[in-house]
Amino acid sequence: MTTIMDPTDERVPVTRQLSPRPSQISGRVALLDISKPRGSVLLDQLEAVLAKQLPGVTLTRYAKPTFSKPAPQQLREEIHQDNDFVIEALAD
Amino acid sequence: MASAPAYQLANLAGEPVESPKGTQAIICFIKEDCPTCKEVMPVLDAFYRRFSTEMPMHVIGQTQQGNAALAEAYQPAFSILDDSALQVSFAADIETVPTLLVLDAAGEVASTLVGFVRDEWQQLALRLGSDSAAGNVDLDWESLPEWRPGCGSLSVDPANEPRLRAMAEGSPIRARRIDIGSQDDEVEFMFDQGFSDGLPLVPPTPERVLAMLSGTARDSQEVLGQMAPNMGVVTVEKVAINAVMAGCKPEYLPVVLAAVEAILTDDYNIHGVMATTMGASPVIVVNGPVRHRIGMNMGMSALGQGNRANATIGRAVRLVVRNVGGAKPGETERSTLGNPMKFTMCFAGWEERNPWSPLHVERGFDAEDSVVTVFTMSSGPTLIVDQDSRTGSQLAGTLGQGLQTVMGPKAYFATDCLLVVVPEHVDTFMRDNYSKEDIRRRIQEVSARPVRELVADERSATGIKAASAASMDDASLDKLMTKFRRDEDIHIVVAGSDAGKFSGAFHGWVTGSVGSIPTSRKIEEVS
Repeated sequence: MTTIMDPTDERVPVTRQLSPRPSQISGRVALLDISKPRGSVLLDQLEAVLAKQLPGVTLTRYAKPTFSKPAPQQLREEIHQDNDFVIEALAD
Repeated sequence: MASAPAYQLANLAGEPVESPKGTQAIICFIKEDCPTCKEVMPVLDAFYRRFSTEMPMHVIGQTQQGNAALAEAYQPAFSILDDSALQVSFAADIETVPTLLVLDAAGEVASTLVGFVRDEWQQLALRLGSDSAAGNVDLDWESLPEWRPGCGSLSVDPANEPRLRAMAEGSPIRARRIDIGSQDDEVEFMFDQGFSDGLPLVPPTPERVLAMLSGTARDSQEVLGQMAPNMGVVTVEKVAINAVMAGCKPEYLPVVLAAVEAILTDDYNIHGVMATTMGASPVIVVNGPVRHRIGMNMGMSALGQGNRANATIGRAVRLVVRNVGGAKPGETERSTLGNPMKFTMCFAGWEERNPWSPLHVERGFDAEDSVVTVFTMSSGPTLIVDQDSRTGSQLAGTLGQGLQTVMGPKAYFATDCLLVVVPEHVDTFMRDNYSKEDIRRRIQEVSARPVRELVADERSATGIKAASAASMDDASLDKLMTKFRRDEDIHIVVAGSDAGKFSGAFHGWVTGSVGSIPTSRKIEEVS
């Protein structure tokens, strides 16, 4: 992680930039389960709906080892590399 | 564990109050934005009334506005001390407010009460009052809550803590630190944050900023001024951070600092310069020994491109205006066209090739002083080509013809200009022993026009309005008007290579107190 010194007058908090929102979903979609109870059920339903609504799209399932810790670096890199969109089932 | 801090803080009347020394004392840290601190105000008041004749009791508040509000609301017998700088709270390791410290007779912390636990405070009152016959603290203890948690002290708030820690450790770098995610590209991140002039920036890591600060002996927290439009506080550190981003070397920093000081003056008026739709820009000229020490370019291609010092010094100044001042195109920066000088425009005068007084000496400095002069120019450089004139008079004549159209052919008394005379033209002038004054005089003679020719007409609607001209008599209309209000509005420097007969002219903006006045600053001598 790189740290830089703030070159501004610090009157506004530093913001993370959101990626521009595409108007369509296409290509590869990751479905990420954070492993909270029944998240898998939600994703099963979602996967079925999306498969019907977005026939050309590839859907891949992923799961965090536990909900209480951030996703492992390797998992994040894998999702980032192999997909264009992520849908995450959060909380319960 | 909280330790006894030493301090001098101002009370609400602005009077300095010293920390207790070598005596039993009570110190309580509070902040207004804390319900428990508010609950505790009457308790502190009662403690103060009972004990302040026997020992010092200080109540230290963490914001100026909050302290005033508490005083207004509770009218306590004590005057709250101002620790809005949070340094005392930080030094005392205060994590929660309220925190009450009791110092023993040796001045060490004997008790620490965090938050409000009624029994603790009641016991304390009894202990402190046990030696005296004055009775107990005057409070209806039963009406107070049994327990209230405290709130976070502002000195451990993540917004403040890193800065306070840096100050406490004597670190020269105190700016907010920004952590860039490990998966983020640093260069993209800086673009996304809006720090850039459009070109990539060097990430200003703490190490690079510390290295940059080694280029100056000035204190990193020294305030140079406030930069419009946001009136952002410009410190040496903030300039250093932007200088790193621009690509400067540490030895360039004193020049950048002096240039920033120059543009912060009321005379220079960076606000107007940056905001104007006319697209004006600082043009920075450097004189004196610093030029060679840091390797500036005053010869071939002096005005660009290729030289790191020239390019990055100008860029650093522009980045300070953008990032600390907040001047951005589309917001307060409204230039219609803009111009490339807004990226960077900085060069050195070739004094050794200059037979006349160099710019800084003309402006009152010693030849051995290193000086930066900042002009405001709206366009340039525009070449004035003269490969034919053999006399000083004819060459100055060409320059006069070239300068006649600065800001428009009928714009007279409107502006100034910066003339960069190249070495071959210098040689032509010296054949006739032409001085700078001679050049200026001849330029004015050649470019002068009768008022009559400066009136708006069918060909061009610029100039003196027809209605005004109509009321003028022939004598007035025939009067010759010089292009420039004063000869001194023609600024002259020497730069460029030994081969080539094209001098360059920068066209000014608005001169005088309404516009921008050229400003010089001595550059710090760094051994």
